[in-house]
Amino acid sequence: MASTIRVRATNNGDITEVQALIQHPMDSGFVKDSKGEIIPPHFIQQLTFEYDGKPVFSADWGGGVSKDPYVKFAFKGGKKGDELKVSWVDNKGATDSTTAKIG
Amino acid sequence: MKLRAVRFGFSALALAALAFVLPATAADKIDPVADAKAFKKFFYDKFPKLKPEDFVNGPYSMDEGLHRQWVEKEQFPPYEFSVEAGKEMFTKPFKNGKTYEDCFPNKGIGIRQNYPYFDEKEGKVITLELALNRCREANGEAAYSYVKDEMAALTAYMAYTSRGKPFDIKIPDDPRALAAYEQGKEYFYSRRGQLNFSCATCHVQTPGERIRTEVLAPALGIMNAMPIYRSEWSGMGTTSRRFVTCNSQVRGVPFNPQDDEYRNVEYYLSYVANGLPISGPGARP
Amino acid sequence: MKAKLVLLAALLTAGSAFAASEADYKAAYAAAEAANKEAGQLRNQWTTTASTLAAAKKAADAGDFDKATEAAKEAEALAKASIFQATSEKTLWRDLEIR
Repeated sequence: MASTIRVRATNNGDITEVQALIQHPMDSGFVKDSKGEIIPPHFIQQLTFEYDGKPVFSADWGGGVSKDPYVKFAFKGGKKGDELKVSWVDNKGATDSTTAKIG
Repeated sequence: MKLRAVRFGFSALALAALAFVLPATAADKIDPVADAKAFKKFFYDKFPKLKPEDFVNGPYSMDEGLHRQWVEKEQFPPYEFSVEAGKEMFTKPFKNGKTYEDCFPNKGIGIRQNYPYFDEKEGKVITLELALNRCREANGEAAYSYVKDEMAALTAYMAYTSRGKPFDIKIPDDPRALAAYEQGKEYFYSRRGQLNFSCATCHVQTPGERIRTEVLAPALGIMNAMPIYRSEWSGMGTTSRRFVTCNSQVRGVPFNPQDDEYRNVEYYLSYVANGLPISGPGARP
Repeated sequence: MKAKLVLLAALLTAGSAFAASEADYKAAYAAAEAANKEAGQLRNQWTTTASTLAAAKKAADAGDFDKATEAAKEAEALAKASIFQATSEKTLWRDLEIR
């Protein structure tokens, strides 16, 4: 199955800029469906970007983050051709990860 | 009794008013070409710094801060998932083995800018959403809801294949087509709902200004971006959905999706934007 | 004398000249529904008309006919206003038209 994570990383000398779009319902657990029943909470709790074995960005999320979250950040370092690893874990224990080459 | 007489008076007035759907005088000829020219001129004059093609990006051309955020987001647009889903659906065979490709010219690729069109056999406006559901029904499949994800994904995909192509809406020399166009125009400018807004109140009188925290889009080019991924909806939504929710937001009871009024106003708004490029599917706040 | 005072007190606290009966409510509701139906034929109903009608019915079901009648009368006024809007907009729309 295709990854839920789309990531693009671009290096400009000192800095590497990263953008990611993640497919996930991010249900807060507060919204009711058309029948009036609560849609159970289902959201990413941990998101980590790793470069050279070390985390360069990590996020602890809750239900306040919207569906299909978009993340953009920059970190010092990174080289063209090197790999960036992205992974997430949600409140149901599901996970997904992917690696992308820095361009 | 007095009350009954007043009520009868209202009904008589209502019936009389209904008879005047078309212009009252012969001198008021329906002239879509002149309308479109005046419509464009109004918006070009109102926003002299914008190029014609800027109008198809709605609020992003109205506010610099929004524009910057949007340009960034377009590198990784939120509607990607919906477009991909639409593409998959488009080529997946129905139970009878056919696909949507068999219902449309050029297999449905790069044709969105021709919708809506006036069907002279039926005497009505046909929108893209309507054509898609008719395709389904003609091939033994149940119609999709006009306001849910599937129709949104299909129209998003088709819009995507037409990006950049100029709107090319035709009004045949047929009094019924002209009447449909004119009814769409009347719908657009008529106030409705307890809040007494017409479409024009927001999109002609106050584009670029705010309604609560949202920046209003100009009416010129507003159909070019449809369907739209709205952050408010956390997903892709159809033209039908937007028409329906706009009605209820001004406290007017909405019609059914694809009722004549909605088809006709889509016809009118698309026609007056002829020449402006398709920018759909759009992303909106 | 005491009975008269009690009656006077009851009338004053009713909040209107007469306490509404179920029949009053039914008449008001029917009038409001008829007006809203006419608005429907003009394809111009308001969401607040429907919700006020629903509130009227809810109050009546709970036995509060004063509240129910008041709501039904408000619903009729809303429906009539929506009819007026539809008929006047038939000509007024041209005032907003870009020419």
